[in-house]
Amino acid sequence: MDAMSLQRKKIHPHKYSLWIAMGSITMMFIGFTSAYVVKRAQANWFTFDLPVIFWISTFVILTSSATIQMAVKEFRNRNMQRYKQLITLTAVLGVAFAVCQWIGFKQMNDTGLRLNGPASVSFIYVIVSVHLLHVLGGVVALLIMFGRAFRTRVRTYSSVPIEVAATYWHFVDALWIYLLIFLSIAR
Amino acid sequence: MSNEATLHSQEVIHGAAHAHDHGHGHDDHEHHEGGFISKYVFSLDHKTIAKQFLITGIIWAIIGAFFSVLFRLQLGFPDATFPWLESILGHWAKGGRITPEAYYALVTMHGTILVFFVLTAGLSGTFSNLLIPLQVGARDMASPLMNCMSYWAFFLASVVMMSSLFVQTGPASGGWTAYPPLSALGDASIGSKIGMDLWLISMALFVVSQLLGGLNYISTILNMRTKGMTMTKMPLTIWSFFFTAILGVLSFPVLLSGFILLLFDRHAGTSFYLSDLFVAGKALSNEGGSAILYQHLFWFLGHPEVYIIILPAMGMVSEILAVNSRKPIFGYLAMVGSMFAIVILAFLVWAHHMFVTGLNPFLGAFFVLLTLLIAVPSAIKVFNWITTIWRGNLRFTTGMLFSIGFVSTFISGGLTGIWLGNSSIDIHLHDTYFVIAHFHIVMGVSAFFGTFAGVYHWFPKMFGRYMNNTLSYIHFWATLIGAYLIFWPMHYEGIAGMPRRYYDYSSWESFKQFNDLNFFISIVVIAVFAAQLLFVFNFFYSIFKGRKVQSTNPWSATTLEWTTPINPGHGNWPGEIPEVYRWPYDYSKNGKDFVPQTVPLSPEEEKEGH
Repeated sequence: MDAMSLQRKKIHPHKYSLWIAMGSITMMFIGFTSAYVVKRAQANWFTFDLPVIFWISTFVILTSSATIQMAVKEFRNRNMQRYKQLITLTAVLGVAFAVCQWIGFKQMNDTGLRLNGPASVSFIYVIVSVHLLHVLGGVVALLIMFGRAFRTRVRTYSSVPIEVAATYWHFVDALWIYLLIFLSIAR
Repeated sequence: MSNEATLHSQEVIHGAAHAHDHGHGHDDHEHHEGGFISKYVFSLDHKTIAKQFLITGIIWAIIGAFFSVLFRLQLGFPDATFPWLESILGHWAKGGRITPEAYYALVTMHGTILVFFVLTAGLSGTFSNLLIPLQVGARDMASPLMNCMSYWAFFLASVVMMSSLFVQTGPASGGWTAYPPLSALGDASIGSKIGMDLWLISMALFVVSQLLGGLNYISTILNMRTKGMTMTKMPLTIWSFFFTAILGVLSFPVLLSGFILLLFDRHAGTSFYLSDLFVAGKALSNEGGSAILYQHLFWFLGHPEVYIIILPAMGMVSEILAVNSRKPIFGYLAMVGSMFAIVILAFLVWAHHMFVTGLNPFLGAFFVLLTLLIAVPSAIKVFNWITTIWRGNLRFTTGMLFSIGFVSTFISGGLTGIWLGNSSIDIHLHDTYFVIAHFHIVMGVSAFFGTFAGVYHWFPKMFGRYMNNTLSYIHFWATLIGAYLIFWPMHYEGIAGMPRRYYDYSSWESFKQFNDLNFFISIVVIAVFAAQLLFVFNFFYSIFKGRKVQSTNPWSATTLEWTTPINPGHGNWPGEIPEVYRWPYDYSKNGKDFVPQTVPLSPEEEKEGH
């Protein structure tokens, strides 16, 4: 049993996998933003202002990071009622974020900044929607956690799944802030 | 976190339907309640998943190699007709001669299948899955479910790629690199229509499969090692799988970014890669894009990809050479260090594929320098392999022969890499048969030799039987001699400037002289293909009828996989996971032939300060 106690000190393998996955997702966005930088250095780069609603969505996703962190705390205290409320709230805020991004796309489209327009505009659509897909993946994960919280036959006491979900959620949050700063500065 | 606990947390997730017995020292590991489906189809057992990867890889290898036979028929017999071709390919081989469209489709699919489906998924998918838990001392992967999903994502990618062979306009045919604008414009060629979409979808699924697998390999190696298995006590196989997984996890996402932008260019009217184009006399509205941008994104994966292919082979060859020389591996830490150096350099050399794209010559000079630097760790590895077998007590098993063959082809293919890495020579040799010869020997043939070495060496662990020796030796010599006969002459063709990817050289005054050589190469290709079918027969025959393994450690090796029962169940060890006390290369030590990793240090050894 020595072996087990020795291994227990280490980080949980699923959390470890998540960190590697986050590195991998980061590489994908580094790919996109590098392509953006290369393209920007070439002739005829078209500049425009990002929709203002992207700043509101930033506020939404930052709030949702706070709520999921509170959910982790409540889970650890076995305060399941509060926990369920908080992950629901987080998922709702995730959907609200998606709606904001969608409105942003619509505003861009209405002012003539179309997907098939200049490459600088196309990049915004592609990068923001690929990021949005990652946020929606997190929403799906939260829905699964929500269903699991109501399960009576098998109960889970491990806080690992919610911790993994929370870390991922903070990650897509930080990723969005990086993208927003990048896209605002490198216009 | 213990291995047991991880396996059980998986069960909590999947409910009772997948109730496997992972054992707490009971003897009923073989007992699988899920039946056939969960044991052989949606298995969570890393050993079964490894076999699934291997057999899928073998099927793809046969298809990919057969495609090369078909296009070699065109190159070797440009004037002949083969009526049977029309009966299998239909209008793609009208009158018994492969059409130009079919030729380009065959070349493209040969590259895609061999590079990705065989030598990436088939090679590291098989051996990372099989060996990582067995050699680090774990019951299974960090996440068996993700491991299973990794295989099925690969299977789906295979189904999509296979279906693209049967669509009316044919599969992708713009080369395995899928450069735009050809790949971005459906009107540019028939291979750029639905076949190209299916290719992109299949490759996206393939990337997902690689990421799921890679995450698992890394976290298993870092988290699930048994007691005493410090990083420096790991066999070199595990180090190589570890570095391979890191390369894949960091470079495949960038390829996916490139593919996503390409899909938008194809279907959403964006102009990331497209600018100032005319198709069929009509000007396109796309403006401001850059086709070179795709090449940067592609080769940022594409170059690490060749190390993803070769590193697992290097690791297995190191292990097999040491076991069959009855000698410790020479320079263990230098081996690990040089693999690490290769991983770092792999990310810094991609533009050497792009010397002729109008790249700034000053920038090119840096890429030349970094490319030539790769020769240093590669040479260290070659030196260490040779010194490992030097004055060893060699046992010429087929695994050993293929390992020695690997070292041979890696040297002869690697040396021409030094030529091509110099931009001044590359400008002459770019896109000629010299390049074909170089990468087929150093990465294609060598990686296949590593794979064959691995299959022959670990076949007893996979199936509890041996493969037939006579057939194996015929397979080895036919493959080694054949590979050199096929690719050696291509160097001369390339130096003479013969371009790759052409449909017919016989009408070119400059290349007519090579008609006989091309004929000769094609004949050898057919013979070598037949020899590979011999291997396939041997493989499947031996699974059922091979000589049975009698001892748990048939090669007298030191590593942990040989401490499991001959046919291990899910969970690998019936009792406790063995503890590790020493590195895996204690061969011919203190008068003993070999000392397994599980044997505690003797008092004398402890005094020596191990």
